[in-house]
Amino acid sequence: MSAGVGEVSAARFEVGQNVRVKDARPERVARLHLRTPHYVRGRMGTIQRALGTFPNPEDIAFNRPAQPRVLYHVLFDQPPVWNEGQAGDTLLIELFEHWLEEA
Amino acid sequence: MAATYEPRPESVALLKKLVAALAARGIVTEEEMALRQTIAERANPETGARMVARAWMDPEWRALMLRDGTAAAEAMGVSMRGNPPLGVLEDTESVHHLVVCTLCSCYPRAIIGYPPHWYKSAAYRSRAVREPRAVLAEFGTVLPAQMQVRVVDSTADFRWMVLPMRPAGTDGWTEDQLTALVSRDHLVGVALPSAERKAARAA
Repeated sequence: MSAGVGEVSAARFEVGQNVRVKDARPERVARLHLRTPHYVRGRMGTIQRALGTFPNPEDIAFNRPAQPRVLYHVLFDQPPVWNEGQAGDTLLIELFEHWLEEA
Repeated sequence: MAATYEPRPESVALLKKLVAALAARGIVTEEEMALRQTIAERANPETGARMVARAWMDPEWRALMLRDGTAAAEAMGVSMRGNPPLGVLEDTESVHHLVVCTLCSCYPRAIIGYPPHWYKSAAYRSRAVREPRAVLAEFGTVLPAQMQVRVVDSTADFRWMVLPMRPAGTDGWTEDQLTALVSRDHLVGVALPSAERKAARAA
């Protein structure tokens, strides 16, 4: 696969594994550039696949040397995220490994 | 669509200074800028539409698109150098994909051109993830209740396009006919291609 800057060789999470997005709001205490939407923080999802390894955008935004990070496609049930919506509908979101923890 | 207008002289002067500063610092070369300009000018939804039409006709091409959208785009003659990787989302009888970028306006520009105004609007970006069926209905797209709506929030390094299902009534159509059936809205997932609707519009 030509996606990403390199092979995903050291992915911490497996396909099908349940994960939780860190329930953190670090931008409240410092100027940051984050690619993790607010609405999904603290939510439980499932790893759909590892998309590749990319330089951490949180570093790129401030012109710092960017650490390579594994990026995943994570699938969430939609109704629990918003407390509304139709059962069975889902959200599929790109999230970096350092924003995920074992659920 | 492409409004013609003369850029303001002060904008042109500013652009020249910016380009000179970038070149002087070795950040970009004239060649890189020319290449990106060529890519931008060539980009339009027909590339994505043709990829979809081929996927409807050729199982091997479909498999390549789903496995490695970037390689499929390159095979269409699109230079993906400097562009984010392309991912392709396969609609089925049970799942319909809808693409949004809640954080900004990420969009597979090299493949389907520049995003429409509504794609970048706060209304679309906030509502598509929260009430996708209501948004779809406003585009005239009503899906069966048992079909899952999967909203794909383009939050990071990939860009996503939808591979819709081949509509009924298109048996025996040529690649060109099928390509003409597919529009930008189908590649974002706010609408579904339809042979009857296309015929009705043409009539």
